Amino acid sequence: MVGKTVRITSDQVNISLEGSVPVEVRLPTVLRQHASGRSSVSASGSTVGEVLQDLVQTFPSMAGQVVTPDGTLHKFVNVYRNDDDVRYLERLDTKVSDTDVITILPAVAGGTGPARR
Amino acid sequence: MAYYASVLDLIGNTPLVEVSALSPNPDVRILAKLEGQNPGGSIKDRIALSMVEEAEKDGTLKAGQTLIEPSSGNTGIGLAMVCRLKGYRLKIVLPANVSIERRQLLEVWGAEIIESPGDEGSNGAVRMAGAVAEQHPEYAFLYQYGNQANPKAHYEGTGPEIWRDCQEVTHFVAGLGTSGTLLGVGRFLKERNPAVQLWAIEPPTGEMVDGLRNLDDGYIPPIFLDNDGSDLLDRKTMVGTRESIEWTRRLTDVGVFGGISSGAVMAGAARCASSISAGVVVIVVADGGWKYLSTGAWTGDLDAVTERARHTIYF
Repeated sequence: MVGKTVRITSDQVNISLEGSVPVEVRLPTVLRQHASGRSSVSASGSTVGEVLQDLVQTFPSMAGQVVTPDGTLHKFVNVYRNDDDVRYLERLDTKVSDTDVITILPAVAGGTGPARR
Repeated sequence: MAYYASVLDLIGNTPLVEVSALSPNPDVRILAKLEGQNPGGSIKDRIALSMVEEAEKDGTLKAGQTLIEPSSGNTGIGLAMVCRLKGYRLKIVLPANVSIERRQLLEVWGAEIIESPGDEGSNGAVRMAGAVAEQHPEYAFLYQYGNQANPKAHYEGTGPEIWRDCQEVTHFVAGLGTSGTLLGVGRFLKERNPAVQLWAIEPPTGEMVDGLRNLDDGYIPPIFLDNDGSDLLDRKTMVGTRESIEWTRRLTDVGVFGGISSGAVMAGAARCASSISAGVVVIVVADGGWKYLSTGAWTGDLDAVTERARHTIYF
């Protein structure tokens, strides 16, 4: 944020000083039932772990689906910050900024099917 | 050597060629290993031969036996060639939405095709092959996703060839499918130089995963788990269809006519080169472009080609 003018509007006052920011979270079909069918939602945090925590707070039925009760990523879930799998970054401690997009995808065998982009 | 005794002896020893003209960073060289030079046309010739010969050795494969295997194309084609030469019958479970050339090549080599639903992608093919293998215990099921001979082919072949040809390698970038290439080459290179970084490139899984009803239906190749894949890899990144096609086209500027996955891997190499100050990146061009001509990838309108490729398996 250094060197950047940030205008705080009323709906942003809940942003904490630790760098929590709202980011777009893209959900796979299998999780959309927990978010009124939406494919993309907003959640806040300064790390991927905080964003996922916020996601579960908003959509409680998602609890245990992405992050297991012991606080690690579900075995068959891949979480991406933009294009990078966070398991190979800082896992749940991977930092996020407000221009990042978090994508949650089930782990599948190699080879692509009809793709979105 | 004046001549080879068999086409099978032509598998491996593929050339490494400099494609640094495409590097976004003048201090990062990029070298491409051209696996399309294998006789069956792709890197999968290596694992086809390795899996068949291991199975012959340990007795799971007997003369004249029938094999079944799930494949989105290249492994099937490599296996079909090897099986034709060695006298085995082969059934390939192939997702419906692969390019027409992949299907035609399987027919050239005499493999029988069993179609799996296109919208289930490779997952669907894996599942169906497993079910058929269970119903037919008389079939040999080599199962590339779980066969140690897959990474072994790269640990004993692809990896040592890269090291022989370029010990300055700092980064290895390849597509992630069964994970065999990355695991085998990666382990070999890291044993020689632990500082070598491994980048896995994935296609967008997109709507293919829409068929999953439950996250527990997800799938991780057993060889990835058995070989501590997540400890070995340093980075895993997705490259979109459009970007893959753009880079597939750019590769022709340096004379490399590769398949669409090569474009994805080259895009990943370009990202890698931009993110480091200096280095030597080795990439795998898994196959040639021949099998993708029907997609119009090189000459068609980029939007139209991208849209078409979204419905085709190219990895």
